[in-house]
Amino acid sequence: MKIKEQISKFGIWFALIALVIIFSLTTETFLTQTNLFNIARQVSIIGICSVGMTFVILMGAMDLSIGAIIGISAVVSATMMSNGIQPVLAVITSLILGVAIGLFIALIVNKIGILPIIVTLAMMTALRGACFIITGGMPVYGIPKSFLFLGQGYVGFFPVPVIIMIIVFIIGYVILEKTVIGRVVYGTGGNEDASRLSGVSVKKVKYFVFAIQGFLGSLAGIILLSRVNSGQPSAGTGYEMDIITACVLGGIRVTGGEGKILGVIIGVLTIGVLSNGMVLLGVNEFWQMIVKGAVLLIAVTADKISKKTSNKMSEGSVKTA
Amino acid sequence: MNQPILELKNIKKVYPGVVALKNVSMKFYPGEVHAIVGENGAGKSTFIKTITGAIQPTEGKIFFEGKEIVNNNPIKSLSLGITAIYQEFNLIPYLSVAENIYYGRFPQKFGFVDYKTMYKNAKKVLDWLGIDINPKTIVKDLSVGYQQIVEIAKSISMNSRVLIMDEPSAPLTNNELKYLFNVVKKLTQQGVAIIYISHRMEEIFDLCHKVTVFRDGEYIKTMNVADTNKNDLFALMVNRKLNDNFPNRNYTPQEVVLEVEGLTTSKVSDISFKLHKGEILGFAGLVGAGRTEIALAIYGADKVRSGSITLKGKRIINKSPAQAIKNGIALIPEDRKKFGALMNMTIKENISYSMLKKIAWKFGIIKANFEKKTANEYKDVLSIKTPSINQKVINLSGGNQQKVILARCMFTDCEILIFDEPTRGIDIGAKQEIYALMNSLTQQGKSIIIISSEMPELLGMADRILVVYNGKIAGELLKKDADQQTILKLASGCDGGTYEN
Ligand SMILES: Nc1ncnc2c1ncn2[C@@H]1O[C@H](COP(=O)(O)OP(=O)(O)OP(=O)(O)O)[C@@H](O)[C@H]1O
Ligand SMILES: [Mg+2]
Repeated sequence: MKIKEQISKFGIWFALIALVIIFSLTTETFLTQTNLFNIARQVSIIGICSVGMTFVILMGAMDLSIGAIIGISAVVSATMMSNGIQPVLAVITSLILGVAIGLFIALIVNKIGILPIIVTLAMMTALRGACFIITGGMPVYGIPKSFLFLGQGYVGFFPVPVIIMIIVFIIGYVILEKTVIGRVVYGTGGNEDASRLSGVSVKKVKYFVFAIQGFLGSLAGIILLSRVNSGQPSAGTGYEMDIITACVLGGIRVTGGEGKILGVIIGVLTIGVLSNGMVLLGVNEFWQMIVKGAVLLIAVTADKISKKTSNKMSEGSVKTA
Repeated sequence: MNQPILELKNIKKVYPGVVALKNVSMKFYPGEVHAIVGENGAGKSTFIKTITGAIQPTEGKIFFEGKEIVNNNPIKSLSLGITAIYQEFNLIPYLSVAENIYYGRFPQKFGFVDYKTMYKNAKKVLDWLGIDINPKTIVKDLSVGYQQIVEIAKSISMNSRVLIMDEPSAPLTNNELKYLFNVVKKLTQQGVAIIYISHRMEEIFDLCHKVTVFRDGEYIKTMNVADTNKNDLFALMVNRKLNDNFPNRNYTPQEVVLEVEGLTTSKVSDISFKLHKGEILGFAGLVGAGRTEIALAIYGADKVRSGSITLKGKRIINKSPAQAIKNGIALIPEDRKKFGALMNMTIKENISYSMLKKIAWKFGIIKANFEKKTANEYKDVLSIKTPSINQKVINLSGGNQQKVILARCMFTDCEILIFDEPTRGIDIGAKQEIYALMNSLTQQGKSIIIISSEMPELLGMADRILVVYNGKIAGELLKKDADQQTILKLASGCDGGTYEN
């Protein structure tokens, strides 16, 4: 049992290392400095959002709208900038919009009591529609040069998006591990009823978490815009999949309450390495999707197995068969 | 004497950091009620989980009717007729009573569940138990006491040969206890061997034939109940002498701190009472009478329809438990698994959980050392048995989990503490510590409301007792006027003794 536990705890490390070895052997370009920085830059969008998603899942919820939030933020800031509005102002507006969307999701969850997964499913569809309406279905050009630093610039050696991602991870780590709000996020996901009866304002926790999620989604959208240099109405489509997979791979329990953000970093890197390696190997896009789907299933299965073993170890929950 | 039906040899169970059982050997005979007693964390639950195969012993062998059970697991032990009622229930809340009783063994007709037969059979079992529950009732709508009875019905319907009961009586009121005793006696007449775990000494002497004492995972001694007494048992359990059960209360009426008037919710109506400074106010009543609901309403966890709550002359409205705590009212919930403990969090994290403000700097950064220190203090005061305060609560014994929640409630520093069944599952030694603690809390000027189904506890601790019947307050008794008889009469409505046999 102990060995099983260890494997499920460090399994993600093995997976990452194995992938790195495989791709280093099968491609010539994988293990080059340029490519490694490339991976880091590529994962930064997913990485930033996965911090928000970690909060959401830990709290016992799920967010499917994150990809659409990325999209709406990219589109809104692009449209504003192409109409001559100062980049700073456009960025601030988008961030506020992201937070507002998050708060709106939490409002519906809190007031009407609909499951977050359903609310965000609706949000995902509606926001994507909004992206196409705002842009008329066409990419938005005319992004000022000064804005491109955010997605394409470097500070010394490091690409700016990577630095932002690292800062987001550090802040996420500190909040989850060292603060009161982090504690109640874990507690709410672990046992919402007990948390409420212990005097935790569970509703406030939800507002907070979805606001963070909206903020980070929006931040990621802005960086994405800066990287691709145009506001695509379909920006961020399907990202929720990679983001959720990264969290689950990183050991965040799907039912909430358990998991560490440090694991999520590894999860994000694994997803990044996997995508990058498959591109280098020339695997076509649709096969990539199949592989990623399989990875998510494997991750959840591993999670389930480790849950079963740990259950068995504690209070023996006996089902009469 | 006849052959033992169940025999255990040299059972040892090691958890990381804890040896839960050390080399235990025991025999159980048909038709005998065999009690196991010991302090919280002594290893009782671990022992029975070994018998049912819910956990694997590190070492040791189990024999059923002389044959070894190899690779024991819950399915195997069930097929042999070993059934267990666990300390934590295993019912499925959204299924009906009948579905729970026959879960996994549904009577079938053409491959479909034969509901008619199932309900009929369930009704039969329930009738045999002499309890009037509709088999179609959804389990989550039943009180804890009734849920316990469904658990028993489930075991009985499995034709059990060895029935293990881990603190079956903890959630039951005295009257329901009588049912339980009758049922146990009926079962022994049919030759069932019963293993009975309880912290209530009286039950052991009323019901059991033999008693075995565990201490710190060690088998100490097996005796005939007739040859021993409460004090001896206690001495064996804790290795010291039993002192007086309840502390001396010298409460003289002081000013009113809490006044509840006409409080009405969907479950209780027109509740009015006063709570004084330094007072312990008891709530008596049968399971389902509405005592918990009164507490939840005051605590802001249930919606209040009408009525008022006045705290120290100021009218307050508790819309949520968070607000109640802010106003100075804290509560220990009755159902620790569902509403109390955060099972996957550590002891430390559970204790500080209601008052995170108190252990944090301005910006919400937790003072890790202070939190550790606090948790360790409570661990010592309440003698929580654990290798470390970083242990997850799910890995604690039942009684120790309860202590953790007690600690959380005390850490709130609230002026009014509502304890709903505070000593459920707690061993007598620790109970006395908790009683002493309650006493000293009131001496510091705090006021306590205690809801309890244990009559001696209410009579021993409460300065005044309110009896609840059917969602209303049926009577008020001062300590000097209160006795078991009077309370029972009030608790069972005007006609009195509907439940008396
Ligand atoms: N899964 C586990 N992991 C680690 N330690 C455990 C685990 N389960 C039980 N223990 C420890 O084993 C010891 C015995 O626990 P057990 O539950 O058998 O006690 P008990 O006699 O039933 O106590 P109580 O009267 O409080 O129910 C305790 O110290 C407990 O902390
Ligand atoms: Mg126990």
